Amino acid sequence: MNYFGLFRAIVCVYDTSMKHVDVIIIGAGIIGCAAARELSRYQISVAVLEKEYDTGFGTSSRNSGVVHSGIHYRSGTLRAIHAVRGNHMMQQLCEQLQVPFKPTGKLTVAFDRSQCEELKVLKAQGEANGVPGLEIIDVERMQRLQPGISGIQALYSPSTAIISPYELTIACAESAHHNGVEFHFGHTVSAIDRAEDGFIVHDAEGLCPIHAAIVINAAGLYADSIAQMAGIQGITIYPCKGEYYVLDKRLGDQLDVLIYPVPGHHSSGLGIHLTQTVDGNILIGPSTAYSDSKEHTGTTSEILRALRAAGHTLLPTLSEGDFIRTFAGLRPKLNPPEVGGFGDFILEDHDRFILLAGIESPGLTAAPSLALEIVALVRSHLSLVEKQHWSGTLPARERFLELPLDRQQQLVEQDPDHGSIVCRCEGITKAEVLQAVDRIIGPVTYTGIKLRCRSMMGRCQGGFCIPRIAQLLEEERGITMDQQQLKGPGSPMYHRHLRPEESTS
Amino acid sequence: MRQLQHVDIAVIGAGPAGLAAAAAARSAGAAVIIIERDDRAGGILNQCIHDGFGLQRFDCALTGGEYAHIDELACRDAGVELLTDTYVSSIERTESGFALHTMTTGLISVITAAAVILAMGCRERTAGAISLPGTRPAGIYTAGTAQRLTNMQNIMTGSRFLIIGSGDIGLIMARRVTLEGGSVAAVTEIQPYPGGLDRNIRQCLTDFSIPLYLETGIVEILGTDRVTGALIAPVGRDGLLDTTRSTHIPCDTILLSVGLIPENELTRSLDAVMDPVTGGPAVDEHLMTSVPGLFACGNVLQVHDVVDLVSQEAAHAGTCAAAYLRGERAEKRKTITLQAGEGIRYVLPQSMSAQGSTLLSCRVRKPMEDVTIQIRSGSELIYRQQLPYVQPSEMIQIPLDLSETAADTSVEVHCVRT
Ligand SMILES: Cc1cc2nc3c(=O)[nH]c(=O)nc-3n(C[C@H](O)[C@H](O)[C@H](O)COP(=O)(O)OP(=O)(O)OC[C@H]3O[C@@H](n4cnc5c(N)ncnc54)[C@H](O)[C@@H]3O)c2cc1C
Ligand SMILES: Cc1cc2nc3c(=O)[nH]c(=O)nc-3n(C[C@H](O)[C@H](O)[C@H](O)COP(=O)(O)OP(=O)(O)OC[C@H]3O[C@@H](n4cnc5c(N)ncnc54)[C@H](O)[C@@H]3O)c2cc1C
Repeated sequence: MNYFGLFRAIVCVYDTSMKHVDVIIIGAGIIGCAAARELSRYQISVAVLEKEYDTGFGTSSRNSGVVHSGIHYRSGTLRAIHAVRGNHMMQQLCEQLQVPFKPTGKLTVAFDRSQCEELKVLKAQGEANGVPGLEIIDVERMQRLQPGISGIQALYSPSTAIISPYELTIACAESAHHNGVEFHFGHTVSAIDRAEDGFIVHDAEGLCPIHAAIVINAAGLYADSIAQMAGIQGITIYPCKGEYYVLDKRLGDQLDVLIYPVPGHHSSGLGIHLTQTVDGNILIGPSTAYSDSKEHTGTTSEILRALRAAGHTLLPTLSEGDFIRTFAGLRPKLNPPEVGGFGDFILEDHDRFILLAGIESPGLTAAPSLALEIVALVRSHLSLVEKQHWSGTLPARERFLELPLDRQQQLVEQDPDHGSIVCRCEGITKAEVLQAVDRIIGPVTYTGIKLRCRSMMGRCQGGFCIPRIAQLLEEERGITMDQQQLKGPGSPMYHRHLRPEESTS
Repeated sequence: MRQLQHVDIAVIGAGPAGLAAAAAARSAGAAVIIIERDDRAGGILNQCIHDGFGLQRFDCALTGGEYAHIDELACRDAGVELLTDTYVSSIERTESGFALHTMTTGLISVITAAAVILAMGCRERTAGAISLPGTRPAGIYTAGTAQRLTNMQNIMTGSRFLIIGSGDIGLIMARRVTLEGGSVAAVTEIQPYPGGLDRNIRQCLTDFSIPLYLETGIVEILGTDRVTGALIAPVGRDGLLDTTRSTHIPCDTILLSVGLIPENELTRSLDAVMDPVTGGPAVDEHLMTSVPGLFACGNVLQVHDVVDLVSQEAAHAGTCAAAYLRGERAEKRKTITLQAGEGIRYVLPQSMSAQGSTLLSCRVRKPMEDVTIQIRSGSELIYRQQLPYVQPSEMIQIPLDLSETAADTSVEVHCVRT
């Protein structure tokens, strides 16, 4: 502990008002939020500490959104066990939380004889892991599943699906919050002191230390620093970047099933491919390149060029106007660049400090299952009594333009704002944007609105709706122009008014 | 409550194109309604508070708003019905024409029309569309969005700007933010020539000593929360950016002026044949698309540089739509296709009837001096015109009359050195 940390610890000892909770979860990604929701079933107090200003601003909103079947992971590893169980749990969880889930199935395609051998190995491994319904299929079946597909043989895994990773993360957090979990945003954990009956967790912002009986490290890329704060040495996370393009929805209906190449033995990703999203866009990516920054999710011109080229080969009807956005995510790898490949997940209990590390793919898939495992570890220290009134479901969120006419009619009569379009590309109404604003647990940000209702996510990328949202936040929710932020304090959207407000209008 | 309304002609969009089309159709006797999603007519012109509109049509320099106001008054006087705050969410074909589903605060309804004129304008290309590398912090706007925020919502988007792309809107915004106390570090353009009109380069950049870097692209956007700068570099011999010569430009805001895309989602939903080069539907000399009764004009058809030509094109669409309703279809003649030949990027209309006449629009591929525009049908030269200078940012219009020619299958337009 540094001098400042010691000072703070002393201050806290005398501060009788120091906050206490039973469990602190560090990190509001899918792992932290899924665990928070599972723990919210019990009569304990839980706080989630997150350095960003919303849930899922880290890796959990920057991935392919595939619910993997579990064929790719060596039998007996945590990745294999939790991917298969997480996959099995996912559909029901999505139904409860009203998060779109699309069972697409997946084809891993072989182009030559040696790859056909690989398919057999993958199938055997998948079966050993308990993956249901695996079949090796011929060209004719492949064509039926995806007209126009190339390759000579494929492994079909029917349990592979797609979800919206950020919607799931947000919904888990919302469900946990409804059931009493506190969320503290803009709260960067900077030191952890072991106290007699637990831990004192400090923050970099100088807010207030919090005492907890149990700490769960779900800090993703920073799991190593957090582990070190708790006195656990020897863990290093190597960020490994995956860049993507998002394509216009126009092309979305060209893909029915997910199509992957046979992965190379030492590759650190599953190869550049096309992935459809639940909203009907297509992703090209992800690339694989180790990075030296855990914060830099910028894209690079060389990789974008390579992705564009790959896109044109994979989708011959692609035109230049179809590329609507780029993004990148960082895989929290345990294997250094010189080793490559994938390490296994770490999930360990260090005397009430629960350590998760190396939760890279299939971390999203595994999240519901890892959450159960985390609860089991918590139970070994705390008695967990179920709450009498726990509700694990969220109300349905309707997309106005996708509803039948009579339902639209009904909604417009209830709330006239349903008739007013704010986002033309995705067809999002004023009522939907305001609902998104009101669902936000922490500060209202443009990114938070975007991840909750898709406004600003379409082909014009906010060109049309940003001015309208600026006005709506000010007029309907009293958030003035100078308080409007992209993703939290420090990211102001606008600079100033041109003229003093009263002289206009 | 769901209302059903029937009109002869429904015009989608009340920008200058929609207004001129509606006025022309109305004066030809049709009952016309314009449907506009914004709270007022005028389209993109409402955010153009600079002058320079109407130089050709009215021989004086109006602001965008003034220009639109003239057409709006003309529509009202002629008895065109104008629905504002109303969004056309979808359109379908019916036995007697079209059904338009519309949304307004508190009301969804259906409007049926015997003919439809598309005048939805265009949207701007985005950072994703040009593969802008680097981070994606606050402070990146398309120039038109910044223009709307500045001129209609009293919001200054930043203080120190870098403008990427030299399209007209970017040039106009360079001057606008400078006049409001902001500074513009530079305008960069990846091509060897500017994308906007000469007069805008002079009046918006040169007069304010704002540098324009041609053949320069963006290596990386910098900043995690808000933009802090950008690395720019010249295009090297291999056509890629030469990163060894990159320069750091500190700025807090990036404006993108990298092109416009006609807004044709409704058009596509009707399966109209599209022109991949213009991004708009393919039309004949009556500006009718491949869907009978569906007409298009203005930026939804082809991106225009001056509004005067938009109004002219739109008035023609309005007149033709009214004639279509009266059943005045020229007796079925052979259809001739119009094709872009050497040096030409696109030609509009894409087809016309043999012996017909039209005002043809086209754009060249690159700037050239001392050229001849030639229109040929096979070996026959139908038309030729010498021009001292042509460039892609300036549309070329040619009155084409085929009544005296033998052209009967296709006609090509070429731009060759004289
Ligand atoms: C390119 C790519 C593609 C992927 N594709 C898939 C896929 O298709 N299917 C799949 O199942 N998985 C996929 N994954 C893996 C999946 O995205 C991750 O496993 C999962 O998102 C990890 O969630 P997390 O909650 O552990 O991490 P994160 O989402 O990163 O959450 C950690 C949180 O901790 C916060 N934090 C960090 N330090 C501190 C601190 N000191 N104080 C407070 N808060 C802190 C961070 O801000 C962050 O919000 C992919 C990953 C990548 C990168
Ligand atoms: C930002 C900008 C600056 C320009 N500056 C100049 C200049 O300085 N001088 C000059 O001469 N020319 C200029 N131009 C060119 C010229 O003004 C435009 O080409 C012209 O305004 C295009 O007219 P339009 O009617 O086709 O489109 P717009 O003006 O864009 O109008 C389209 C209208 O359709 C509405 N609409 C679209 N979809 C729907 C729907 N589904 N339902 C209902 N309504 C819908 C829109 O709200 C909009 O009002 C500029 C163009 C732009 C884009």
